[in-house]
Amino acid sequence: MAEITYADALNQALKEEMRADESVFLMGESIRGGIYGVTGGLSQEFGDRVVDTPLSELGFMGAAVGAAAVGMRPIVQSLASFLYVAMDQLISQAAKMRFMFGGQVDLPIVYRCGMIYGNNPAAHHADRPYPMFVNVPGLKIVIPTTPADAKGLLKTAIRDNNPVMFFEDNNLSGWRGEVPDDDVAIPFGVADVKREGSDVTIVAIAGMLRRALEAAETLDEDGISAEVIDPRTIVPLDHETILKSVEKTGRLVVVDPAHKSCSVASEISAMVSQEGFWSLQAPIERVTSLDCHFPFSPALEPLVFPNEDKIIEAVHATME
Amino acid sequence: MNDDRKKYMRMLRRMMLIRRFDETVVDLVQAAELVGMAHAYIGEEAVAVGACAALRDDDYITGNHRSHGHPIAKGGDVRKAMAEILGKATGYCKGKGGSMHLADFSIGILGESGILASGLPVGVGAAMASKMQGNDRVVVSFFGDGASNQGACHEAMNMASIWKLPIIFLCENNQYAVTTHFHDTVAVENISDRAVAYNMPGVLVDGQDVLAVYEAAAQAVQRARSGQGPTLLEARTYRYQDHSEGLVRILRESYRDEAEVERWRQRDPIKIHSSWLVEQGVASQAEVDAVQAEVTAAIEDALEFARQSPYPEPEDLLTDLFADPVTT
Repeated sequence: MAEITYADALNQALKEEMRADESVFLMGESIRGGIYGVTGGLSQEFGDRVVDTPLSELGFMGAAVGAAAVGMRPIVQSLASFLYVAMDQLISQAAKMRFMFGGQVDLPIVYRCGMIYGNNPAAHHADRPYPMFVNVPGLKIVIPTTPADAKGLLKTAIRDNNPVMFFEDNNLSGWRGEVPDDDVAIPFGVADVKREGSDVTIVAIAGMLRRALEAAETLDEDGISAEVIDPRTIVPLDHETILKSVEKTGRLVVVDPAHKSCSVASEISAMVSQEGFWSLQAPIERVTSLDCHFPFSPALEPLVFPNEDKIIEAVHATME
Repeated sequence: MNDDRKKYMRMLRRMMLIRRFDETVVDLVQAAELVGMAHAYIGEEAVAVGACAALRDDDYITGNHRSHGHPIAKGGDVRKAMAEILGKATGYCKGKGGSMHLADFSIGILGESGILASGLPVGVGAAMASKMQGNDRVVVSFFGDGASNQGACHEAMNMASIWKLPIIFLCENNQYAVTTHFHDTVAVENISDRAVAYNMPGVLVDGQDVLAVYEAAAQAVQRARSGQGPTLLEARTYRYQDHSEGLVRILRESYRDEAEVERWRQRDPIKIHSSWLVEQGVASQAEVDAVQAEVTAAIEDALEFARQSPYPEPEDLLTDLFADPVTT
């Protein structure tokens, strides 16, 4: 066990998997230099297996499909907000190809998508688009939060034989945590209870996990015991862990930095309403970004996305 | 000469196979036996056949919505193709793909794409893999004049050129994007002129002459296989049918005159090649006719196979989405 950052944990996973399997390679924009703080230095060990691409997201995200179709295991890095440029290849090809061709081909691809928001990148860069990919069958959706999860889930993603959209919350890049030194791959579809509690269940997505854990500490001082769950993967989604917790607490708050309508918070709320309705003692609360783009101004931006106060307020609403 | 003769006769057979296949498709649409969309390759057969004749079985192709010619040219099974377009369980994709999504990964047919130019980045990726895996397989990505205006086309060609990838971009310029002539949508005289921007050879070839296509493709393949990078090959051709079958019922205005269609029919690729075979003494007219008879029987057999095949079962619906089952 060593205490390392989220970014270093990702770097370790890449390094270990590239050593283990020669068909794994990386591509993206300025990744040899390491613009996203994760891949820098890898080209020294892996040479041409770290490919700097032109600024052609549509082109290289599609090239990953072709390479995967004939035996490679590409890992593509980009920003989540640049995925829009590449939608045709991600959806028409990566997501649909296996089904459309009757299962003739496996596509082991990891799309690592960095999400930046909350530090004034403004509307074109600040985005958390994972809910719209949840609406596309054929893609696995992974959103790690702690450094240990980042490493363990990335290792699983690289070994998975399906296209995996791996959303990294860049607000977590510097977060330090204990990470196992040995080869620990974390299975998909297994949520993690990050904090046990008995009065309310808080399911938190992406960087909102940290806010939720802080909120839980504050609530504790008020005598409210919050259980905090990180689903870790959205497709597949671990229903059981969430439902069991709600059965215990009777209350659910879902915190999601995506926009409210059709968010992952909406999906989890719907799932619990249907499958855990009789456990609920209060209406489910969603704490999400407003249905509004991220403004640039530091005076406005914080109003859009969830924070500790909004989470606490939502928890109180379920306690009334 | 014996090997050459085999090659020339195989070109004839595959062109005839595509022609008969798509004539059957046209009939099936008219008889409402084939549902969904279908785009006939009739008139363009020399392009796919000439190009694929320059390929090995382990080379790759990617295709587009006009999608029956490429797989047949690459050696695909007409029974599986016909069953697929009728939505049967015995089809190439178990009935999940249909007309526009034929694929056979076992012989390098990496799939036809319904979205224009969508197969080009995929082709580039397969070419990247060839280079990384250290094999000498090449890729031919087929696309049309309409698709040449997609951003994906530009991105794919640029990437292929900077990395010197073993890929041939084969523009099947049939001159119309649905009903719009390419001179109204392409800023240069020839699509092959765009190769200059990607620092690769741009070659314009007569797409009605299978030998001309073959020779140009063979050169491009040789260049790709030996590590010298991509080529943009434009085959000028013509589709006899409308963009898709049944479109005539929707169109209110004619976009090309009958004289033009007739002029191109005079340059029919199968007629041109058949005449050449006979004139050169490669085959007798009787031998050409025998190929036609055999092909007609093969397509009848394929249709019979497809008709007799079962539809997929409801429980087949959710399979094939993921390489492993996922519960959500």
